[in-house]
This record gives sequence, structure tokens and C-alpha cells, in this order.
Amino acid sequence: MNLNNLTIIEAIAGLKKKDFSCVELLQDHIEALEKHRDLNIFITETLDLAKSKALESDQKYSHNTNAILEGIPLAIKDAFCTNGIRTTQGSKILENFIPTYESTVTTKLFAQGAVMLGKSNMDEFAMGSATHYSSFGPTINPWKEDGSNEQFVPGGSSGGSASAVAARIAMGSTGTDTGGSVRQPASFCGIVGFKPSYGRCSRYGIIAFASSLDQAGFFGRSVGDVALLSDICMGHDEKDATSANIAKPDLAEAMKKNLKGVRVGVPKEYYSENLDPEIEKLWVDSLEMLKQEGAIVEEVSLPHTKYGISAYYVIAPAEASSNLARYDGVRYGLREYKQGMSLDEMYEVTRTAGFGSEVQRRIMIGTYVLSSGYYEDYFLKAQRVRRLMSEDFKKVFEKVDILLTPTAPTSAFSLDNESQMDPLSLYLNDLYTIPASMAGLPAISIPGRLNKKSMPLGVQIVGKRFDEESVFRVAKNMERCFNFNFSPKGF
Amino acid sequence: MKNAVAYWGNLVRDMSIDKDVVLKTAKLARLNIDANKISIYCEELSKVLDVIDTLKSADTTGVEPLVNVNEFEMLTREDIVTDGDCVDKIFKNAPKEKFGYFVVPKVVE
Repeated sequence: MNLNNLTIIEAIAGLKKKDFSCVELLQDHIEALEKHRDLNIFITETLDLAKSKALESDQKYSHNTNAILEGIPLAIKDAFCTNGIRTTQGSKILENFIPTYESTVTTKLFAQGAVMLGKSNMDEFAMGSATHYSSFGPTINPWKEDGSNEQFVPGGSSGGSASAVAARIAMGSTGTDTGGSVRQPASFCGIVGFKPSYGRCSRYGIIAFASSLDQAGFFGRSVGDVALLSDICMGHDEKDATSANIAKPDLAEAMKKNLKGVRVGVPKEYYSENLDPEIEKLWVDSLEMLKQEGAIVEEVSLPHTKYGISAYYVIAPAEASSNLARYDGVRYGLREYKQGMSLDEMYEVTRTAGFGSEVQRRIMIGTYVLSSGYYEDYFLKAQRVRRLMSEDFKKVFEKVDILLTPTAPTSAFSLDNESQMDPLSLYLNDLYTIPASMAGLPAISIPGRLNKKSMPLGVQIVGKRFDEESVFRVAKNMERCFNFNFSPKGF
Repeated sequence: MKNAVAYWGNLVRDMSIDKDVVLKTAKLARLNIDANKISIYCEELSKVLDVIDTLKSADTTGVEPLVNVNEFEMLTREDIVTDGDCVDKIFKNAPKEKFGYFVVPKVVE
């Protein structure tokens, strides 16, 4: 049996009918994992724990005490603190960090019976768009261009979690999304990736990057699977002061609705000469598809879009430089110290040895824009622009229910593609994901089709703040129309 | 697809970040910049600032900074102790600990 090709919803049905056991389901995933270790998906594997958990889950099915996700193998991004299990945030500075508490998101998943395969690889401190800035080596995308022997990036920063799901190693996974770190890798790996509204999922136990933007997110191979994971994890948590204390959306009900009368906005500023023509074609065709399903499509304007990358690359590094000040070699994490060093020297040597190049670059940018003389011109200016971007969305959402946009301007590129892999070109890859992050909006990337070289392409659906229901309503219908059922060759 | 140079044009029209700025910023950030990497940092940070400088053309007259997208008041809890008795947990990851304290290099002679 190839149980690892099932969706989560199919697997749960099979487990309930006793068609196969949790142990068998896990075994097929472990086989896939062992066969594809070259993809470098996990920083830490937890297979022994998974095996004992699967046995317990089988017991629960036999006693009819199974929870919603009972026995489902998942990958957990190494940004989520897991009690007693090493959590590195992709960084050498946390290489030996073992949390003594559990993040709220993983607490909720495990309470529903999820089985963790391991902690998946990521760009260090979630800063990156290709998962090559990890201190534990790059993760490789299971997809390859036709005829190419090169290795392709899975996107980032949640590249390990995205690759795991695309490679049929995990049925679903968690990610974090600060400027696109779930949606862009979902698009690069041909899977579904969702970031809820800021405030929907607790950030408790997620290692901080940029606190006003960080949000948990979820990957799966179907919209329904991602809705299930999201539904379990969303909701108020008093351990996170920014968690929204409002009623949870009813995604299951939303996904039953058709598209008649749904108003779809197309931001005219998103047409860009930087957009891959094949992705533009997918976007245009998707709009036609939505019209045929009864949706009303209209052009809208988000005039401050052009400032998105600039404002993001002030605000996110500024918040990061402040958040990452805690890594000083005193309370946890790496300490580099030689006899005779002063406290300040210990801080400097520790941080320089523990942080990689991109993290240091962003700390430097963040420190600079917050330093006296530049704070007003850069940091406050960027926050003012952030309000303008947020107001743009508010105005547009008075007229439309959702926005349809590309997820990323490109498909996955090769690790050897120097012109795409330079730091600033990677920043540019966040062009279409940053605006929703800046405004705290829910957004999903779903796979549409393969390009001429057989690489997956995705589109993004962005909703009004806290309107996850419209996002899933449209995503579910588009999934049916696209009927995307490709998998990478050999997986 | 175009890369950054095609999108923003040839960056670093003027080297806005010089060696002194790099060293001062690194000092504030508690990072050691290798002497032979300072010029690389000057160039890289200048490029990023060139990109960021596009913000200057945005008209933000009378616009309040958006600190957080949440429009609700942050909830506060009662000011009472809800945890404690977890000294072992707190020191679990400490690089160096003695007598219930974190140990750091001598600060006062």
C-alpha cells in the first residue's frame, strides 16, 4: 500500500474503518522519509516517539476514544517549541536548546492525536525565501524542472515543512509566515499553504522573528486538510496578548458554498513586468474560471503596493533586531567565552559565532533603522506606510469579498541560480505575499497547474481580516476546478 | 523573471553606509564584523538602504504609525503570580549556572 499518498481526510476515514492501522500509516511515511533523506527535510527526527505514539493511537481507535487527528503523521517546523525535544529555529545559536514547555499550536495538534515525525528545516530565524540560510544545510524541493539535474529550492522560510508534504513524507505540517514563509513555499512545492489572520493562532511558543507580523500557518495536499489543521489550531489563547478573543470561523460550512455572487478583486498594481508570464497566464485563466463559477470579477487598486517590500524590510528587521537581543549566551543558547573576556566581549563573540550571515545582515539593518537619527525617517515612516497599505485593503474590501493574486513572481529556482539567490532578489520574491502580512489578513496559496518545465505554480487568495471563511470558500471551489493532482516524479 | 538589479535598477548610487556607520551599528547590535568584511557590509547595507529609501516618496502627512494591526485593546490578566517553582526548568538550558544564578564574566572589579 502507498498510504502516504492519501490526504489527511482520506486517511482518517480509512483508520476509522480499520482499513489500515496508525502503525501501518506511519510505516509508509517513515519509508518515504528514509528513502529521501537527501532532501534534508528534518533538523531533528523523532521517529521512536512517533512509533510509540502510533501504537497508542491504534489503541484509541480500537476503544473508540480517538481524537480528530488521531494517528496522522505531521512535520513540525523547528520554530515551534516542543517540550523536551530540541528546537533550533534553524540556528546554530539554539543548536542545543531543549524547551521546557510546548507551543500552543503543537499542544492543540497533539491533543487531537497528531503524530510528529520530526522538526523540519527552515531558514535561520525564519529569515529567507529558499531555506538555504539554515545552519543545518539547505532543504531541497522534490520537484525538478524537466531534464534538469540541478537541485531546486523549496521556497522559505518553512521549506522543510513544505517539502515534507510535497514528498509524501508527512500528511500535513506547520509553518510560520511573517512575510510569506508559508504561502511562497506552498506555491514552490505544489501544495496548499495557509496563513490565518494575525491574532487567529496563538504565537505562544513560536520563537519570535517579527512579533507584529509572525503567524502560524499550515500545509497540506488539499484545501480540506489545511482547513482541518487550521480549525484545530485557531482560537483565543490568553498566553498570547495579541490573540483575538472572537468566535472561530466555520470553515467546514464555508467550503460547502458555491461561488455565485462572490465578488473577486484583482489588484491592478500586481501586474508587473517581474511576474513570470506563465504565472500571469494562470492568474488570468483563474479569473475566467471564477467568472464561469458565478463570481463577479473586478479590477481594484491598492495604490501603496509599491512600498510593500521597502516598508517590510524596515519593520521586520527592526523587530527582529530587538527580539534577537535576548541571544546573549547567558540564559540559554550558545555561549562563546574565553578566559579574560569581558561581558560585552562574550556577547559579541557569542552572537557573531551563533548567527548566520542573513540573520546578522537583518540585525544590522534593524539596528540601523532604529538608531538615533534614523528612527523617524525609516522606522516610523515604514509604520506610517504600513497604515496606508492597511487602509488600501480596508477600502477595497468594502467592494469585494476576496482578492485573487499570484503567490510568488516565479516558480521554484535552482540553488545554483545566482541571479535569483542574491539577498535582494530573494527579498523581491516576497512581492505578493508581504502586503497581506502587513495588514494581518488571511491568505492561502493553492496549486493551479504545472509550467512548461513541469514545475508547480500557485495562486493566492487574500481575505478581509478575520474572514477566513471567504478564503476557504473560494479555495475549495478553485481546487475542484483546477483538479490539481500532480506529484513530483519519483514521489 | 527579473532579479533585484532589473527591478530596482543599479543600486548603490551613492555609498550611503560607510565604514564608521557599519562599525557603530555593529557595536550597538553586539556583533563583531571581521575587518576584511567591512567593505562588503558597506556595499550590502547601502543596497538595502537604496531599496528602503523608496519609502521617502510616500506621502505620509498626517498618517499615524501602525504599530500592530489589532484594533482591540490588549487583554491584561490579574496581577497575581500564576507560575513559579520552576527553577530547574529555568536553568535547564543555561550555559553556566551556580547557586541558582546565571554565571557571567566578572563585571565589577
